[in-house]
Amino acid sequence: MSSIDPTEVFRQEAAELFETLEGALLDLCQRPDDRELVDQAFRALHTIKGSGAMFGFDKVAAFTHEFETAFELVRKGEIKPTQELIAVALAAKDYIRALIEAPESTDSIIGDAILDDLKQFVAPPGAAAAPVAEKEAPAAKPAAQAQPHAGWRLYLEFDSHILCNGCNPLDLLDDLCKLGSCFAVPVIDGIPMLEELEPEYCYLKWDVTLHSDCDKAAIDDVFMFVSDEMKLTLAPLEAQAEIPAPASGLQIELVEAEPAVEVAPVVEAAPAPVQAKEPAAKEATAASEQRRDEPKRAENIATVRVQAERLDELMDRVGELVIAQARLTQLASSGSDLSIKMIAEEIERLAASLRDTTMGARMVPIGSLFGRFRRLVHDLSRDLAKPVEFVTMGEDTELDKTMIECLADPLVHLIRNAIDHGIEDNARRAAAGKTEKGRIELTAVHSGAQVLVTVKDNGGGLNTARIRAKAEEQGLIAPGATVSDNEIHQFLFHPGFSTAQTISALSGRGVGMDVVKRTIENMRGSIDLSTRPGEGTTVTLRLPLTLAIIEGLLIRVGGGRYIIPLSAVEECVELMPEDQRSRGRNFLNVRGNLVPFLKLRELFRTKGSADQHQKTIIISTGETRVGLVADQIIGNHQTVIKSLSKLHSDVTMFSGATILGDGTAALILDVVQLVAAAQAQSEKQISEAA
Amino acid sequence: MATVLTVDDSPSIRQMIKVTLEPAGHSVIEAGDGAQGLAKAQASRPDLVITDLNMPVMNGMELIRSLRKQPTLTGLPIVFLTTESNDALKQEAKSAGATGWITKPFKPEQLLAVVAKLVRS
Repeated sequence: MSSIDPTEVFRQEAAELFETLEGALLDLCQRPDDRELVDQAFRALHTIKGSGAMFGFDKVAAFTHEFETAFELVRKGEIKPTQELIAVALAAKDYIRALIEAPESTDSIIGDAILDDLKQFVAPPGAAAAPVAEKEAPAAKPAAQAQPHAGWRLYLEFDSHILCNGCNPLDLLDDLCKLGSCFAVPVIDGIPMLEELEPEYCYLKWDVTLHSDCDKAAIDDVFMFVSDEMKLTLAPLEAQAEIPAPASGLQIELVEAEPAVEVAPVVEAAPAPVQAKEPAAKEATAASEQRRDEPKRAENIATVRVQAERLDELMDRVGELVIAQARLTQLASSGSDLSIKMIAEEIERLAASLRDTTMGARMVPIGSLFGRFRRLVHDLSRDLAKPVEFVTMGEDTELDKTMIECLADPLVHLIRNAIDHGIEDNARRAAAGKTEKGRIELTAVHSGAQVLVTVKDNGGGLNTARIRAKAEEQGLIAPGATVSDNEIHQFLFHPGFSTAQTISALSGRGVGMDVVKRTIENMRGSIDLSTRPGEGTTVTLRLPLTLAIIEGLLIRVGGGRYIIPLSAVEECVELMPEDQRSRGRNFLNVRGNLVPFLKLRELFRTKGSADQHQKTIIISTGETRVGLVADQIIGNHQTVIKSLSKLHSDVTMFSGATILGDGTAALILDVVQLVAAAQAQSEKQISEAA
Repeated sequence: MATVLTVDDSPSIRQMIKVTLEPAGHSVIEAGDGAQGLAKAQASRPDLVITDLNMPVMNGMELIRSLRKQPTLTGLPIVFLTTESNDALKQEAKSAGATGWITKPFKPEQLLAVVAKLVRS
């Protein structure tokens, strides 16, 4: 089929069309009101015109066009096709036919005459509209070509539905690249949030720099099909460089990627000087203020004294704010309002920094406390005739002021013990080949969210055998039972436990270490002992940075939610069915180590059925690890600690409460008590089993 | 290479398009009016549709609108043929969903350029 000469196909088609046209015109004589006939005639004419032009019958196209234009009023129904008009139309048809079939022997005078006749019947409105339109385009070209330029800067903004119309903006960028070296930067500020994003829409805009000597027409050509579906801002590159844009205006354009090429320098230039002025003005005022304040500031530049209660109050307010902010965040994240989300995020950030600043304001270097002990050590060493060198390190380590006050008494106890029990007397030191002077080190150091305070002596170390004997004597362990040294040392923290053979003014009454331990644990800290015979003893206190806000792990047991201080959490594991099966023996195998666990559901007497997959949170205090079995681990939670009321002071499992984002309360688990409970339980099970 | 559907009631135009595009490696499917065009577009999923506007049974404007409603043919480039540079008509066709247009008379190179512009391999 494709081998057939298309011109021949056109001639055949034209012959058919002429028959249709003639038939329609003749029928119009009978039924001048039949619109369908008019349309039919027009369609035939139209095709002849279009195809004729295609196959080189330019005269046909030109004449048909004129004829069609003249006939336009008939088509619109404004003029009824009279007999005379139809006669002219038929003549025109014959003429066109002659143009196609025998172009050489057809005189154009006939055609002109026919057209003149036609124009007599119809008013000649806008007959020359088309040629005018054609002239416009070439006129624009020379102007654009007149001046040479380095290229173009384009800003392309397409209508969002452009992809639906089968146009691919990337293809257009491709076409631009063919014109010269092209650098296109997508502008993404129009992309909406995911939930509002229509996948078939185009949200991207492009900022394009095109280095090419092409003229504007070539660029218009690229966008010819979409010129009315896009905003194309076009500026010659050179011309832009010539614009003596104020430097500040240009900077803003770069920083904000301000894309409106032509508009930017003009619009942005206005605010720029203002912006430039503002900081300058501020500086000026600041400078003058400084000058005015200088004499005063020199005196009290370092600190402002604030009543401690005010700081406490401030911390309370910040705590409330953090809770309210958590609620806002939860509310915002459940909705779809973008602006609320943004505000919630902003407030979250502000609340966090306000919290840190407030907490920072409460922080005091621990050095203020250490200073007090110099006198204590001095007095003790003189009284006991034990020369002691007292060394302190990390004085500038900061701790919450409240904690520092709470720390004073425990540290006094520990230092007393170190001198009284730890450091040997002169004779024994000499026998052991040690220096005459004992040494006590008091150190404070940051470790993550905790502060470690250690009291270290280079004395004789703990006498494990004597502690054991004492424990057996008091019935704390069965004689001959296998107990690790570390466990034996823990007896030092038992109430009423003292191995001191003589009760001195300083120690030996057994009211020291248990009080120390309780005080530290009340601060949610922990205490550790380590000792080497003949080398000394180290007591380490682990303390949280602050009392007011902690990082917590939010868990769920039944319908209730609880917080475990994150500092105590070691890891989370799934409770395997085989771990649950061993009834009466609550031990969990964690990488080969047996860890006792507590089922919180049983502990809290939770009703209802447990979740299928139970989770175990391994917590630790010092060396001891214990698993807590919960229904669900929800996640990290910024926990503002609220103390329980006096009515609940006898509740031992919980150290406090907090308020969650949804306004409900969650209890904070007392890790120390739970570990003790788990140990007691496992001991009971062991003894039952035995 | 692209599959092009040409919809025109004039066999000579269809022929013209065919003899222009086939030597360039494209395959051409023909339809004589809008209704046929719609059916063939659904059946053969062309890469490009070239349609006349003045056609019996279903005109080009209706064809464009119907094609745009086909969920399987989203993003299909549609080019319409127009004789006069009638902006109102162009506007109507564009808002119906046309991608571009070719003004009759056109030279074979122009047709090939439009196909190359709208269809990427």
